[in-house]
Amino acid sequence: MRKFLFRRAILAVMVMLTVLTVAFALTRLSGDLAVSIAGPNATAEDVATIRKNYGLDRPLPVQFLDWAGAAASGDLGRSYLYRAPVSGLIRERLPITVCLGLIGLAFALATAIPLGILAAMREGTLLDRAIGSVALIGQAMPSFWLGLLLIIVFGLKLQWLPISGVDTWDGYIMPGIVLAFSAIPALLRLTRAGMIEALSSDYVRTARAKGLSTGSIVLKHALRNAAMPVVSVAAVQLGFMLGGSIVIETVFALHGVGYLAWESISKNDFPVVQAVVLVLAIIYVGLTLLADMMNAVLDPRLRGG
Amino acid sequence: MNPRSVSTGLGLLIVGGVLAIALGADLLAPHDPFAQDLSQRMIPPSWMDGGSPDHLLGTDQLGRDYLSRLIFGARISLLIGTLTVVTSGLIGTTLGVVGGYFGGRADDAVMFAITCRLAIPLILVALTVVALIGSSLTVVVLTLGLLLWERFAVVARTTTMQIRNLDYVAAARAAGASTPHILIREILPNILTHLVVVGTLEMALAILLEAALSFLGLGVPPPLPSWGLMIAEGKDYMFFSPWVIMVPGVALFILVFGINLLGDGLRDLLGVSARR
Repeated sequence: MRKFLFRRAILAVMVMLTVLTVAFALTRLSGDLAVSIAGPNATAEDVATIRKNYGLDRPLPVQFLDWAGAAASGDLGRSYLYRAPVSGLIRERLPITVCLGLIGLAFALATAIPLGILAAMREGTLLDRAIGSVALIGQAMPSFWLGLLLIIVFGLKLQWLPISGVDTWDGYIMPGIVLAFSAIPALLRLTRAGMIEALSSDYVRTARAKGLSTGSIVLKHALRNAAMPVVSVAAVQLGFMLGGSIVIETVFALHGVGYLAWESISKNDFPVVQAVVLVLAIIYVGLTLLADMMNAVLDPRLRGG
Repeated sequence: MNPRSVSTGLGLLIVGGVLAIALGADLLAPHDPFAQDLSQRMIPPSWMDGGSPDHLLGTDQLGRDYLSRLIFGARISLLIGTLTVVTSGLIGTTLGVVGGYFGGRADDAVMFAITCRLAIPLILVALTVVALIGSSLTVVVLTLGLLLWERFAVVARTTTMQIRNLDYVAAARAAGASTPHILIREILPNILTHLVVVGTLEMALAILLEAALSFLGLGVPPPLPSWGLMIAEGKDYMFFSPWVIMVPGVALFILVFGINLLGDGLRDLLGVSARR
């Protein structure tokens, strides 16, 4: 098991190095970063000044090593726009995004697991198909559009919930629901498939023969076995949700890292963009590593790998 | 008829319908989708109070006919969906087949590429690329195409591994066929059905992503009638005229829903499991 985790950790470090390179290369795509920062109305002189001040006149490998070295020690550079250290900006905004992600995941699990169990117990019936279409609807729903619809209905018409910001806790409800929609289809299908397999297994048949109640069989025996892949996929889904929150944070004007990223992209604040790509990738890699570890702990068969 | 074929039929009907609308846009659209008329701004759909029979779905904030924009918008969604899937399908299939067929180091490299791609935040990187290079239809297609290949690679790799040691592949090898010949003539045709299923699901995703990028102002540039862009432009008016975001949103939902139905139906029909 130690060997398995060690190999996964090495892989995680290699992935991080690659993402670091991609994040750096990404902002050099435009050809000349100084021109992009200076904006369309700048003179050649302005561009030259910016190039010198931001160190963009140095050779690319030097710039990369400089940036990567600083990033490794936690210094993510300075924001052009806020004129402040990027790491501080991210530390300030990250709790909102993480909070939103966790609430979204909680909503998704609270919907997907009961529905998945129900569909599995009534496999092939009308109820199963109705639940299946919930997954299809979730998959086809454009998140930003759903957000706007919720704002119109619950924010404006019924006035139950705030339409933007998170000054109060209920500001998280609508964005959380929208974010949950993106994770429900995968989690629902996985729960259903896992439960169908578990319910037809020998140990469930034994439990039935012993005369245990349906509730106890489903929750204690079948769900415990079906839950394993769901837990690890949920960790990975959380990573995707944090990345996807950029759209939702923009719709609901939540000032998390997603909003920060969108603002920075539209205002050419590249140190922030690079840093957010990096931070989200680190969180994703960390979550997949966590999922691997959980699987290794829960499933002894993986330990040899 | 069983319920499965009903839903597949519905999917086929939706996708076929939208495709017909997109192809016949020039004939079907009652007005020029770009023609502005500031005296005809924000007219509601014809069945609502103040609607006009001349504009079935009303007009937008610049007085452009909403139905005509919706019809031409179908063209953008389908074009971007198709071209993106072709691009990402080529990349993902090549990587997956090479990794699955050769195994060893090559496979390690392919798996590593897939892992790295999954670690990169999709929307964020797509937005950055479009912001830096400039928004255009080509840029959106290439950006999404370069980012959405990983599921093709996963499926192509797994299916290639399953068939690489089967008799007919071994026979081709023994007959002295070259490796490219084996990959293209023996492997590829036999994994194609799986790839078609992945393709439909990825197309749905690409259409949703294009709409999201356009909604955030970094997708297809105005005045093109992208459905995502129509929702973005209608956003400022949605409190008083909710139909400006309802019309393009419903169209988007129905198209993506139809493509997914068709994809699920194909998967069952061809007996493959492409979904993770």
